[in-house]
Amino acid sequence: MPFYEAVRLALQTIRAQKLKSAFSLIGVFIGVMFLIAAVSIVNGMNRYMTDKFAGTLIGVNTFHLRRQPNVNFDVPDSTWRAWHRRPRITFDDAAAVTAGVTIPVMISWFSEDRGEVEYNGKVAKDIDLQGAGDQYFAIKNLSIAEGRPFSAQEAKAGLPVAVLGWDLAQKLFQGQDPVGKMVRIHDLPYRVIGVVAAQGNLFGISLDKFLVAPATSPIQRDVNPPRVVDAVMVKANSEAEMNAAMDQAEGIMRARHHLRPAQDDNFALETSAGVLDFWGKINRIMLAVGPGIVLVSLVVGGIVIMNIMLMAVAERTREIGLRKSLGAKRRDILRQFLAESAAIALLGAALGIAAGVGLSLLLDAVTPLPAAVAPWSVGLGVLLGVGVGIIFGVYPAARASRLDPITALRQE
Amino acid sequence: MTALQEFRTGDTPLPDIVILTHKLTRDYTMGAETVRALRGVSLQIRRNEYVAVMGPSGSGKSTFMNLIGCLDTPSAGEYWLNGQKVSDLSDDELARIRNKEIGFVFQTFNLLPRANALHNVELPLIYAGLSTKERRSRAERALARVGLADRMTHKPNELSGGQRQRVAIARALVNNPSILLADEPTGNLDSTTSNEIMDVFADLHRQGQTVVMVTHEADIAAHAARVVTLHDGLIATDKARAA
Repeated sequence: MPFYEAVRLALQTIRAQKLKSAFSLIGVFIGVMFLIAAVSIVNGMNRYMTDKFAGTLIGVNTFHLRRQPNVNFDVPDSTWRAWHRRPRITFDDAAAVTAGVTIPVMISWFSEDRGEVEYNGKVAKDIDLQGAGDQYFAIKNLSIAEGRPFSAQEAKAGLPVAVLGWDLAQKLFQGQDPVGKMVRIHDLPYRVIGVVAAQGNLFGISLDKFLVAPATSPIQRDVNPPRVVDAVMVKANSEAEMNAAMDQAEGIMRARHHLRPAQDDNFALETSAGVLDFWGKINRIMLAVGPGIVLVSLVVGGIVIMNIMLMAVAERTREIGLRKSLGAKRRDILRQFLAESAAIALLGAALGIAAGVGLSLLLDAVTPLPAAVAPWSVGLGVLLGVGVGIIFGVYPAARASRLDPITALRQE
Repeated sequence: MTALQEFRTGDTPLPDIVILTHKLTRDYTMGAETVRALRGVSLQIRRNEYVAVMGPSGSGKSTFMNLIGCLDTPSAGEYWLNGQKVSDLSDDELARIRNKEIGFVFQTFNLLPRANALHNVELPLIYAGLSTKERRSRAERALARVGLADRMTHKPNELSGGQRQRVAIARALVNNPSILLADEPTGNLDSTTSNEIMDVFADLHRQGQTVVMVTHEADIAAHAARVVTLHDGLIATDKARAA
């Protein structure tokens, strides 16, 4: 019997037993669906992390000097306590780094905390209050939608001027022009001079609910203890220059903290590579757990298929006997049942792929989780489906092919 | 009818001998006991004979039919089918012989319930490796031969018992087998329909088909030209009916 006959026969049988086939392919369906969806999420996250997350949080060719890493994962308590015993980055440290780095770079001091902003009786809560330098806008690539950023003079003088994030401006001013209005933080007035264009969100958290004022303006009391900054942001023109600038900053800070050569840094220099490293850790966990779940559902799916095929062999013993009496060889019967289990599994895989792709698109559309289907996962899904069908189909098919035609024909 | 030449081990059958068994023996081991179902059956059947094999249950006629039908292999003795010694062939070679040389008709018809008449008749041709077109035209001709040209697309449950058995006969004929081997072909049919089926067999015999029929009903066996009776695994009588 040629191969296509076996396939045709298999499809006929599946069509004739729709419900049974549907149940038998459910395991493979779930396995492949999970595979596609999980890979899509990891894949999408990967892309998101490299394209957006690292860039938004830190930026290209940029490093942050901080007391401790801002982005961290699974840090033991002892490390946390060690970090908190470190000296803070002071205005004097920041000024020394600003003055000491000779590589051409943009530098901005930076501090932030959560707080309330009030305008005309309306209060916006949970706003990211930021104190920064005038080059902050250039370092973060922020585009100004209305008004202007604050100038170097305003930053140096510590004038109470503020640039608002898009969402905050919408919330407080609801379509009015905010530029020139006075907002209040802890009852102190700030004059709004600009609004930053909308940036969207990161994992569902709005990037546009912030207010930025000069680091030396009165906002410094709202965000940090006196004369302390969270970070010094440094952006260079290239990766090589960034590394050189980072070395200089490290040297300056080690000198200021009187560290001996054998002592470790008691401050952190954080780059986007470091953030991606952190993401890599999460990624590795997902990649370790994912295949396990896929494997378990595929094995369960395979066992279901094997069971169903054994039932089919038992049910169709007479048919097998008849086919043998009409001249079917062992390999004809083997091929018929293998084609059937492979077709069931492949059908399950195909439906699983469709559902997995659908699920990924749905996740992408309605949740902040970014998802992008990886083409290789589709190929793998097909391969796994057929593989499961054949591997778990071998035993029932071999049993069918070994049936004795006389006893098989006599079966009721 | 001329007397058949006596066969000795090492001989080859005469060209017009379709079936030749020589001291055919079949033992079954059931636990410690050995059941001797056939104890040396020697029989020759010429081309275009119509033979009925009779015998009470336990006489060995089913075992004999399984051996003749190449569904089973003998414990000892020889079986020649259409000039070929088949008693010592492998499983797959026997499958090929069943496909090419033997047309089975069963008591319970054994049609595939989900397939229509045409597809049921095509079944042996699939295993013969014929093309779709060739299969179709040969299956149509076979169905026309048994008078079912207008029932080709009917499924077994849309056909009467007699029609079902005709489909089964068409399936048996479709590969132009050397022998048509029928096992109680009327066992599930009423007497009117039985006669119809016997008429089909008589027609086929007239057209040159060799027919071997196993039955326990004397009036059915009476349709055959020669009746062989088995008893206790041996041939008891072998009588030609006056034509």
